[in-house]
Amino acid sequence: MNLARIQFPERIVAGDVVKVRLLVQHPMDTGYLQDLLGKLVPRNVIRLLICKLGGREVLRVEPSSGIAANPLFEFFVRASETAEMHITWMDDKGQRGEYKQTMVVLPSSTP
Amino acid sequence: MTHTTASRRRWLQHSASLGLAWAGLHAIPASAQKMESGKLLTLAEMMHPITRGAKLLQQDVTLTAPMLADNGSLVPLGVQVQSPMTEQDHVTHLYLLSQRNPVTRMAVFQLGPWNGRADINTRVRLAGTQVVVALARLSNGEFRYGQLDIIVTESACVDAS
Repeated sequence: MNLARIQFPERIVAGDVVKVRLLVQHPMDTGYLQDLLGKLVPRNVIRLLICKLGGREVLRVEPSSGIAANPLFEFFVRASETAEMHITWMDDKGQRGEYKQTMVVLPSSTP
Repeated sequence: MTHTTASRRRWLQHSASLGLAWAGLHAIPASAQKMESGKLLTLAEMMHPITRGAKLLQQDVTLTAPMLADNGSLVPLGVQVQSPMTEQDHVTHLYLLSQRNPVTRMAVFQLGPWNGRADINTRVRLAGTQVVVALARLSNGEFRYGQLDIIVTESACVDAS
């Protein structure tokens, strides 16, 4: 099952600055809250999330417990050609996750 | 006749003590609420560990968030930095800082000229009503910041279970 989802605009033309919506499924336990039995839930947050587009790093996020569960990151990126977006992340438990999705870019119609 | 007056007097005394007890009960949650929200940091305390004396101006950074956030566990927060995002002049780092959270530095974003726009939207956790600061580091080493007051009715650091 995919733990991440990426949403691009429907139509991307080369040269556009496009909005990317990235949603990662993660509990982001802060380490301050208790479970139903009154035991503290150990901290487990995403430490580092790297987003690459066609091999080039376009966004690096270092979240903390201050980011809500199932974190959403919306950012912009300049699209030049069809490329694969590759997301990798690592959390406090040492678990790594990754997700790939191709961003289809239409060639710009030069008159 | 005398009997009824005495019981009425006693009843009045009892209701008075009850009222005092009621007031006492109310005082407890007030102190509890103070405990769950930590110390408020000043803007200098929040930003100095990052800026370390570099040039800092309050301009070009806009924060968008609901004025009143019902649930501190999930507050949508947007940050826009007015920057051309060219190779010479772009935003390299974007820090989201909280005044009251146990972890001041909520998130760090590393951006570059390939982003086209320095515009980030995310969802944060807030431990009570506070000022949220977005601090942007520019490619020339200077800093810009913007701040926003957010009223939070339910803190993220109280137990949800």
